[in-house]
Amino acid sequence: MGTGDVIRFLTRTRGRGRLHWSDWLTYAYLILSLLVVVLPIMWMFLSSVKSPAALVENDPRILPYTQLTVPSPTGGRDQNVFVHTRTDGSTVDVAFVGPRGVNARVYELGKPDTVFEVPRTSLARKEVVDPRWENYTEPTLGSTQSRTFNFLRYFWNSTFVTVMATLLTLIVNAMAGFALSKYKFRGRDAMALTIVATLLIPPTVILVPLFMTVSSLGMLNSLWGVIIPTIATPTGVFLLRQYMLTIPDELLEAARMDAASEWKIFWRIILPLALPALSVLAILSVMWRWNDFMWPLIVLTQSEVFTLQLGLSTFKGELNDNMHYLLAMTVLTLLPVTLVFVFLQKHITSGIANTGLK
Amino acid sequence: MQVRPQAAFEWLWKTAGDVLDGPMRALQRHIGAHRMAYVFLLPNLLVFGLFSFWPMILNFYIAFTGGQSVILADRPLVGLDNFRELLACPSYLDPRTCGVAGYSFWTGLWNTLFFALVQVPLMIVVALATALILNRDIRARGFWRAVYFYPVMLSPVVVAVIWDWILKRRGILNAALEKAVETWNAIAPTFLMMADYRAINWLIDARSGWPMFWVIFVYTWAHLGFYMLILLAGLQAIPRDLYEAAQMDGTSKSRQFWRITLPLLMPTMIVVLVLSLIRAFQVFDEVYVLTGGGPGQATKMMIQHIYESAFIGDAKRYGIAAASSVLVALLLMVLTFLQLAVTRKKAGN
Amino acid sequence: MARLELKQVKKAFGPVEVIHGIDLAIDHGEFVVFVGPSGCGKSTLLRMIAGLEDVTAGEIAIDGQGVNNVPAAERGLAMVFQSYALYPHMSVRQNLSFGLENLKMPKAEIKHRVDEAARMLRLDKLLDRRPGQLSGGQRQRVAIGRAVVREPRIFLFDEPLSNLDAELRVQMRVEIGNLHQRLGNTMIYVTHDQVEAMTMADRIAVLRDGRLEQFGKPLDLYNRPANLFVAGFIGSPRMNFLDGTFEDGAVRLKSGERVAAACQGGKPGQAVKLGVRPEHISLSESGTPDATLSVSLIEQLGGESYLHGTLASGEELSVRLAGQTQVSRGDKVGLSLGTPAARHVFDAASGLVLAPL
Repeated sequence: MGTGDVIRFLTRTRGRGRLHWSDWLTYAYLILSLLVVVLPIMWMFLSSVKSPAALVENDPRILPYTQLTVPSPTGGRDQNVFVHTRTDGSTVDVAFVGPRGVNARVYELGKPDTVFEVPRTSLARKEVVDPRWENYTEPTLGSTQSRTFNFLRYFWNSTFVTVMATLLTLIVNAMAGFALSKYKFRGRDAMALTIVATLLIPPTVILVPLFMTVSSLGMLNSLWGVIIPTIATPTGVFLLRQYMLTIPDELLEAARMDAASEWKIFWRIILPLALPALSVLAILSVMWRWNDFMWPLIVLTQSEVFTLQLGLSTFKGELNDNMHYLLAMTVLTLLPVTLVFVFLQKHITSGIANTGLK
Repeated sequence: MQVRPQAAFEWLWKTAGDVLDGPMRALQRHIGAHRMAYVFLLPNLLVFGLFSFWPMILNFYIAFTGGQSVILADRPLVGLDNFRELLACPSYLDPRTCGVAGYSFWTGLWNTLFFALVQVPLMIVVALATALILNRDIRARGFWRAVYFYPVMLSPVVVAVIWDWILKRRGILNAALEKAVETWNAIAPTFLMMADYRAINWLIDARSGWPMFWVIFVYTWAHLGFYMLILLAGLQAIPRDLYEAAQMDGTSKSRQFWRITLPLLMPTMIVVLVLSLIRAFQVFDEVYVLTGGGPGQATKMMIQHIYESAFIGDAKRYGIAAASSVLVALLLMVLTFLQLAVTRKKAGN
Repeated sequence: MARLELKQVKKAFGPVEVIHGIDLAIDHGEFVVFVGPSGCGKSTLLRMIAGLEDVTAGEIAIDGQGVNNVPAAERGLAMVFQSYALYPHMSVRQNLSFGLENLKMPKAEIKHRVDEAARMLRLDKLLDRRPGQLSGGQRQRVAIGRAVVREPRIFLFDEPLSNLDAELRVQMRVEIGNLHQRLGNTMIYVTHDQVEAMTMADRIAVLRDGRLEQFGKPLDLYNRPANLFVAGFIGSPRMNFLDGTFEDGAVRLKSGERVAAACQGGKPGQAVKLGVRPEHISLSESGTPDATLSVSLIEQLGGESYLHGTLASGEELSVRLAGQTQVSRGDKVGLSLGTPAARHVFDAASGLVLAPL
């Protein structure tokens, strides 16, 4: 499919033949917003493999160009390679030795002994496309000047927090949703109301007492201190309860006649049938926990237990001048979420649109 | 033997359930099937009580204590001192007249109010416009929807890093603007030429309003897609035949919008308004990583004040933070009631 | 052996009593149908027997043992639900074996029973399908199969055929009947359809407003209804009721006609209702007719014909005639209201039948 086809596909109207002026406006808006929304992220992806020099200069080219260098024959710093345009129009690749006034001292590649002078204006940088993967490898594997971005550890911490918290959230909230939707007991409605009411109380205003509680339980600087307080989310209980109300009671009764215990009914009947609601909650939970910043910031102060978000923000604070590392690490941080989004985009958007919860 | 992944998963699921079935069945026999409801509720209630309900109560107590200890017993009761310190201001409108804690609190409060009052209407208007556009008969609606939603998935830290990079003094926005002016001057006639572009320090220039502007812009950029999605779902729930009927009646497009779309979208709009307002008052992550509250205190938000009072610096002023939380909670409660009252009045009409 | 006894069983939801003390004894191997209009409490009663609802007062006993406090799972009963309540996420085989697994039955035994039931109910080829992939009748058979594999002491059916179309319903009726023949278990079957009750039951329990109106063999209910309600409920089309006063051995109708009735125990002058089934009424060929009908509607079904119309007293009446009829709309025809034995006389106030001679 050529570019023309793509454009036609993206801009076709349904059914009607010609474009109305409002259609033009629509597509103008869409293209403009595509630039505002996607361009920064795309540009960051592309820039994350550029050389520090290209980043400082804001090189507008899409591909990561780097100036070619050759080892110095005298053993000093690597020498930059330029294309020298002679007065007759022919070109030759030269290595740059040093400046002299408005001229530059260069030698032809392969002939380091014959250094000659040319006007600087006759030189153009000899560049090659060369993705600088060191942006990724150096901070994660080796050490940069000031600090290591221990990607694997942060990644593991983030994954552990996300997976554990999501599993526990699902189970704990599903149990509560089951109790609140399928049993009659005293105080049930009051309890459901309380849980909905806490939706309105922002967790941010109980930072201090929550910190003290977690601290007194000895969970500071422990990943469990990040996981446990977040698993009883009212959103989850509410979502699952509403869904479970739609599961017919006769199924539960059939299972009771089938000698299933209440637990077995929950595990073998209710959970599989609530799968659509559970997967929406799972997606939300993964998003919340992976992107969480404030609560980990308070609970985790030692870098061994940092999550990716904490690691990245610390890295940013310390390495603001090394954009090449920072961009690469940012890409690493957003990559997992992006992959999840690419594969589950339909589920995520329709799930969230249907529940109206984030 | 060949093992299908699905069968393996089913077996795992069954086994996991059966392991717990023994003790649960014994428990059920002991307490009766009806009371199993409490067993199912217990884990949630424990966590909820310990990490939501109890802290809420505790917060009030801490607000009346002083000192720097995290151990409750070591915290002396100081009565209303914390509140007095926060509220003893000659003029609330000029936080500089307050004490140290009051300065931080009132700056954060006014910044947050300003932020919320500008950001929320702005975002709702843009989100609604976007939703209306996506609700038109366009191709690849799913693709566009995904485009707008993608930033919602990104973490606040990532969002802040990206935009910080773009908005640096030597960042790509300044470079692009400079290039644009240069190009313009190269092709424009003399009398239309512009002065050379001088790079602006978007996030640091304290005398301009740019830092707050970009904070609002970036926050909106990151959250727009979510509200757009909800509004789009609301729009798609409006029955098509209403528009067809209106068309048969010769109703103009704009009249259709004002008399059909907007009234029927109202419930969704109210949800969006309440959610976005509550969230805007809790803004912290993006702003904190992007500007750190700076320059000076220009973008310092309420939650940052609470966070910094309690957790930053040598003096951990938990009491001040807790007292501030109480005041914020009161503010949010008043706001919620106001919203409910307005909504109900609207519904009454 | 499974004998079921209900002793003064009552059920109340909060302050509202819905079952008002029912006594019932069902013998082993009997097929009993609970029938009544919707809201009569028949399903509640069945669910109480199943153990899905608590008993407010009275006692339910199976084989002489009180089971009020025995959980549903341990009563050894199996139930077929109105909506079938098949587990939608399990295959047919899993649906059938789920209950047996819960009873910790050995795998081989489970397989044996499931295969046996599947063969009997012609489900062999469907074992790997999910309920969503089955037709209504197949789902019905799976639901029955789930009960069969349990080898329960008593089968409970809660309006199992109400979701099927008419043709399938007749077919399933026969299948359930065959099943009962083969297994010989006690079965309790709830329905609001009196035809189902009449065709399937060994004995029928007619319920109304939480009370047992009559319990007996189908033909006993048809021939000797205990009260107005049972008389009207059993039989299709419905029995005709005419107001009158009791005279010695006869009923004086409003039109003044005197109709002999074989009953006793009435007092002269007592207000009564005379009940005659449409199929027992015939056109009077000779002598004075018992009543004269102004025909307002005729239904010709070919093999039989129905006349609907009003009497001189303004009371409505239906007549079933064998074969086809020459009567047309607007005709006035003389009727003979059956033999005295086919005439039922009820006390107008209490609705109870006056005992036949």
